[in-house]
Amino acid sequence: MGRYVIRRLLQMIPVFIGSTFLIFFMVYALGDPVAALFGDKAPDPATAARIRKDLYLDQPLWKQYLHYMGQIFKGDFGTAFNGQSVTELMASAFPVTLRLTLVAIFFEIVIGITLGVISGLRRGKSVDTSVLVLTLVVISVPTFVTGYLLQYLFGVKWGWVRPTVSPDAPLNELILPGIVLALVSLAYVTRLSRTSIAENVKADYVRTATAKGLPRSRVVTRHLLRNSLIPVVTFIGTDIGALMGGAIVTERIFNIHGVGYQLYQGILRNNSPTVVGFVTILVIVFLLANLLVDLLYAVLDPRIRYA
Amino acid sequence: MRGATHAKWAACAVAVALAATACGGGSDSGGGGEAGIISSSWGDPQNPLEPANTNEVQGGKVLDMLFRGLKRYDPETGEAKNMLAESIQTTDSQNFTVTLKDGWKFSNDEPVTAQSFVDAWNYGADVRNKQNNSPFFSDIVGYDDVHPASGEPKSKTMSGLVVKDPKTFTVALKDKFSTWPETLGYQAFSPLPKAFFTDHTAWLDKPIGNGPYTVDSYTKGTGMKLRKWDAYPGEDKAQNGGVDLKVYTDNNTAYTDLISGNLDLVDDVPAQQLKNVKNDLGDRYINQPALIIQTLTFPLYDPQWSKPGTEKVRQGISRAINRDEITQQIFRETRTPAKDWTSPALGEKGGFSATACGDACVYDPAEAKKLIQEGGGLPGGKVTLTSNVDTGSHRDWMDAVCNSVNNALGEGPVCTVNPVGTFADFRNQQSSYKLTGPFRSGWQADYPLIQNFLQPLYYTGASSNYGKFSNKEFDDLVDQANRESDPAKAIASFQESEKILAEQMPSIPLWYQNGSAGYSERLEDVSLNQFSVPVYDQIKVI
Repeated sequence: MGRYVIRRLLQMIPVFIGSTFLIFFMVYALGDPVAALFGDKAPDPATAARIRKDLYLDQPLWKQYLHYMGQIFKGDFGTAFNGQSVTELMASAFPVTLRLTLVAIFFEIVIGITLGVISGLRRGKSVDTSVLVLTLVVISVPTFVTGYLLQYLFGVKWGWVRPTVSPDAPLNELILPGIVLALVSLAYVTRLSRTSIAENVKADYVRTATAKGLPRSRVVTRHLLRNSLIPVVTFIGTDIGALMGGAIVTERIFNIHGVGYQLYQGILRNNSPTVVGFVTILVIVFLLANLLVDLLYAVLDPRIRYA
Repeated sequence: MRGATHAKWAACAVAVALAATACGGGSDSGGGGEAGIISSSWGDPQNPLEPANTNEVQGGKVLDMLFRGLKRYDPETGEAKNMLAESIQTTDSQNFTVTLKDGWKFSNDEPVTAQSFVDAWNYGADVRNKQNNSPFFSDIVGYDDVHPASGEPKSKTMSGLVVKDPKTFTVALKDKFSTWPETLGYQAFSPLPKAFFTDHTAWLDKPIGNGPYTVDSYTKGTGMKLRKWDAYPGEDKAQNGGVDLKVYTDNNTAYTDLISGNLDLVDDVPAQQLKNVKNDLGDRYINQPALIIQTLTFPLYDPQWSKPGTEKVRQGISRAINRDEITQQIFRETRTPAKDWTSPALGEKGGFSATACGDACVYDPAEAKKLIQEGGGLPGGKVTLTSNVDTGSHRDWMDAVCNSVNNALGEGPVCTVNPVGTFADFRNQQSSYKLTGPFRSGWQADYPLIQNFLQPLYYTGASSNYGKFSNKEFDDLVDQANRESDPAKAIASFQESEKILAEQMPSIPLWYQNGSAGYSERLEDVSLNQFSVPVYDQIKVI
């Protein structure tokens, strides 16, 4: 197990380097950030040259990359154009998005798996059909539509919640955005667990457990659910990274100043330190979440062993 | 059971994480609550908030509340009126003597002296400080010493600025520039207190100025709380207790907050909401011209657009654009069809002319077809419009313009759109002269002067002359206008130069952009200035 973890951690290094280089290259290809700093006016050549020199933009791309990586290992992620250090931006953005992601994951797990179990156990019944139709609708409607719709209904029309989230982003204000963010994944979780449950419900070990006279609730939670959760856990694990990075739409709608907001600003202003820095962290989150998922397999199914 | 303990452990970890991240939550006063305080939408300023480094509306909005300069543009008429300046005198339109009024001070009680201006201007011009607005000081003698085109500056100060006594300083310009004093209302010319130079970081975290408001708190990327400065010595004291600026990523969200009572003022009504805005806000919706014009500039550096006769093609394209329909259908009258190369916000007195473009800006498909044929047809038989499409409904209007041109010419889809993903990329292509067809050029004036709409854009070699238009006659008329000491004559000369633009059509005026704003029932006396920024100090809270 320990060797497995170390091997996995070591594998992260090339992935980390490769992804940061790709992002670096892509942001660079977006155009000259300094030209955009001057708005509709022509940049003053001398000033622009100074800014380029300061930001290391006058060097060839590979040198910029090396310089950047050198800085990262010193814990310096560079400076955004408004003078704030990127680490400062991260310190303010990541907790907010993490909170939002956890709220979303929470709903995914609770609602998604519950619905999945219910419809999986009643395959073909009307409950099952309506859950399938409902999830299909949720999957096919884009997040920004549900976001604006729920915001309008709950925030403006009925006034149950504030339509936007205050800068501190406390948990109670994040419930609605969390649900919006979770909805599509939630539908997938429902469908995944439904299929899995429906398949396993006919398995020998379930029959044996039932034959032993175990109560139905114990059969479902201990025997059926635990074995059926493996694909669901895989999905949720990868979803952590996807939700953190993909919160751009939700964060925009509810004016949450998290990772999505900073990434959006960074891309719009072509601010490579911000974009590369944030995406680098997201890559790490992705990798760690995947590792966690793989380790959780052993918890769910002791037959799975790592060498 | 081994598995069970693992699962329990994982559940605990999640619970701890949830609890830990929840700690950040706290109280928030929110909008539309505190007595006398206005909450208003804001965008994150692009650059640090230094007067000479701020060249966009969001940062400018704050500077307008924090600073008062030698002159200030009347929010209603745009006229440059003396603010801190007692007088700005000249005999030759080249050497100026500035005298300050008594009694002005910064909010940290430091008096505003001639030195406060000279230091600020020298700082703004110095290339080492990398200020975006440095070129605004380029008319002053000695600018090249502090801001050389390359290499290290020879000096820290401009020789053209001389402090005579605490209340007086003189300015020597490189050339005659009769309307130079009128440019001094621009924020880059604001005075700066000593604290700016001695503890720059602290100043940036909490700027100190001499305007009607002081900064109570500033959280970058989130918002700024400004409060009325009770000891403000000027006459335009704040009529409210303060302004809470809240950063919104999306103006739709700001609008939602406004109509649900969480926000008092938005200064940019999103295009998608324009159809509802009258219903939602009634007469609490403002839509008025600002000093912004959108044009389509031709790449005259490209021989196929600049060979003799193509001016007819350029005029023809202009006549093929149905401005009235596009401004109504797409922009719901938040744009006004352009009739010259300036803006109606200048006023007739300031040089706006509804006839300068004349027929060349009137929609006439038959005439358009004829002109393009006479001019030798579209280069290569087609025309491609380019703009960034990340903001401002640019994609929509470009499609509409192309449809209009295609319908007028009736030769199939000869006009196509080249959408560029980001502003930065578009600026890149534009400023490296890579575009081969007409491209969008938006222009927001820095000060309400006709000079600012013409010279930087169309003068030979001018800084923002992206089409590389060059016309001797036009240049002469601009020079003549700048030498002219009588403002009325200067404006007449500028208007004369616009006739050349109408003949040559280096850029097609599309429409003037309006400022739009909406506000809650708590407010009254809300208005926008020529830069489409709310005049915050005049707003009253009921």
